[in-house]
Amino acid sequence: MAAITLEKVTKVYPNGFEAVHQLDLEVADGEFMVLVGPSGSGKTTALRMVAGLEEITEGRVLIGGRVMNDVPEKDRDIAMVFQNYALYPSMTVAGNIGFALKLRRVPKEEIKKKVAEAVGLLGLTEWIDRKPGQLSGGQRQRVAMGRALVREPSAFLMDEPLSNLDAKLRVQMRAEVARIQRHLGVATLYVTHDQVEAMTMGDRVAVLDGGLLQQVDAPQELYDNPQNLFVAGFMGSPAMNLFKATVDDGANTLLVGSQRIGLPATLHDERPGLRGYAGKPVVVGIRPEDLPLFKNEDDSAEPGASTFDGEVRLVEALGSELLVHFTSDAEPIEVKGTRGEGAEGLTEGALTRVGEGVARVETRSRIAAGSPVRFRVDPARLHFFDPATSDAIARTEQARQSERSSVART
Amino acid sequence: MATVASSLDRHYRLVGVRQRALGIFWTVFTWLLALLIFFPVFFMVLTAFKTEGKAYTTPPTFVFHPTFTEFSQVFSAGLRSPLLHSVFVTIVTLILVLALGIPAAYALSIRPIERWRDALFFFLATKLLPYVAAIVPIYIIALHTGLLDSDWALVILYTGFNLPIAVWMIRSFLLEIPREMLEAARIDGAGVWSELTRVILPIALPGIAATALICVIFTWNEFFFAYFLTTTKGPTVPVFMVSFLQSEGEYWASLAAAATLASLPVILAGWIAQRQLVRGLSLGALK
Repeated sequence: MAAITLEKVTKVYPNGFEAVHQLDLEVADGEFMVLVGPSGSGKTTALRMVAGLEEITEGRVLIGGRVMNDVPEKDRDIAMVFQNYALYPSMTVAGNIGFALKLRRVPKEEIKKKVAEAVGLLGLTEWIDRKPGQLSGGQRQRVAMGRALVREPSAFLMDEPLSNLDAKLRVQMRAEVARIQRHLGVATLYVTHDQVEAMTMGDRVAVLDGGLLQQVDAPQELYDNPQNLFVAGFMGSPAMNLFKATVDDGANTLLVGSQRIGLPATLHDERPGLRGYAGKPVVVGIRPEDLPLFKNEDDSAEPGASTFDGEVRLVEALGSELLVHFTSDAEPIEVKGTRGEGAEGLTEGALTRVGEGVARVETRSRIAAGSPVRFRVDPARLHFFDPATSDAIARTEQARQSERSSVART
Repeated sequence: MATVASSLDRHYRLVGVRQRALGIFWTVFTWLLALLIFFPVFFMVLTAFKTEGKAYTTPPTFVFHPTFTEFSQVFSAGLRSPLLHSVFVTIVTLILVLALGIPAAYALSIRPIERWRDALFFFLATKLLPYVAAIVPIYIIALHTGLLDSDWALVILYTGFNLPIAVWMIRSFLLEIPREMLEAARIDGAGVWSELTRVILPIALPGIAATALICVIFTWNEFFFAYFLTTTKGPTVPVFMVSFLQSEGEYWASLAAAATLASLPVILAGWIAQRQLVRGLSLGALK
């Protein structure tokens, strides 16, 4: 049974703004579901409707199989962690964590035991008698977590709980929150705008934009097979390179700027829809890590391997890798956001330099700004989108499965 | 370059000197003004400890043997009963104002009722009327309900007078409470009552204390209605003071002693609530 179900949930504010449009989402028992999207995408509104803090304009919210639309927040059996923690300043750490139990008239001894347990799990034992004002940001965040988990609710709701922490602590807490959630096995709906959090924490990730659900999938699936341009551009950092391209009449070659990339038959088997674009424009997407530097020995090993040329504009050394920013004559597109209206949502040529892209290459590569650069391109790693609808020209389910199993084997 | 830098330097130093001189001027000015305002109060307290003979001297005496005789003189003239009336009226009024004002402020801020703006304006509008205009109808109502010369008439009136200010003040303090904290409390299972008593009140306490103090001061000092509604049996301290002035007008020392006693509770309350008051009036260090 699903822990949380949203059925065609819509939120229209009194001023007429539609924050969430017909959202369908199901969080299974024990599942960690991440709602991710840029600000204003409606993700927090969706969460607040589940919590009962926001009225539902249309549709139904179910928690544990019960319709919750008219159930007050205190009777929904949920716990929530807020972005700014929202701790009670007049209560100690123990008081904050035990407050919900106290309100439910749980016996004092049991409250004490449960609070001690939660505090132990979160490493807060030393600070149990402190007030929130005397705690650091990270400790406050833990108290907020403690307040949620001591309740043993049927669902956790978390609204950007890590966004007020500094970068180092955020990485640490990311792992910890995921660990605690797995330990407790409570269904969780987690809102974030940070796609790294979405990738690392979620069992599944729901991508929202403009109040519309774009895609729900396991993180890797989302990354490997984005269903539309928005998801492709949003997930991954640095973002996927997106260029305008044309498929030639025979659908054998892809023309990106003045450069040609061969489209082998195996690719068409995987993406049967691509043939329909013969002679038509498409958007091609290349992940930065799918642009390794071309070396001559590759060429001899694999004659006819496709390449992509550019000029290095800037090199960022990240220690473990290099980010090579390059320009080419391909026309880039930048995804600004969609609202299901296809190309209308795409701002074309928003980047100032023609054909700018990013590649992620090995640190040892000798490469300097201003010099020409040649990347190797594996056509199988390319992503294709319809420029009019912005939908992906998808791979078949078989192709995806075989990739998944080959990844599992290696 | 060097000359430009040094001339700039000199310029800034001059600005610094001017600013410091201005600062000293304002400090001295403020202190003088404060002392000027405080002086009559100081002189009243000083005179209360003098004998009648010393109270009249020109120039005034500042060095003398303090005596409490005038204070006991005031009590024997009958201050006890008005003092008790004033204390009763003030405490009951305060309790009523808080008991009605806090929920009203809650309903106008945290869970705003429909047309809360109108309600809020109505509260304020009552303060705009000249209340002398209401004395005749109020007197007649008190006469016919048998409340004339009773503490309860004053309690009802003072509660009415204080409520608008109390609601406005408490409301502004409640608005400072982060919304998310209240949402957290509701999700934690708090109903309206526990939300108010366990989450809101501990945070709003300094603000409520400041509001309470202002109500106490108003109630304690109110003269006009007390004078018209409690002529014979139950005068409050300000009413007593006037009659005392009429009978003992010649005796400055005992008058000063009575005035000192009358101001003492308010000064004490202000002193005790000082820290809460400052915190209450500058709420906002919450987030």
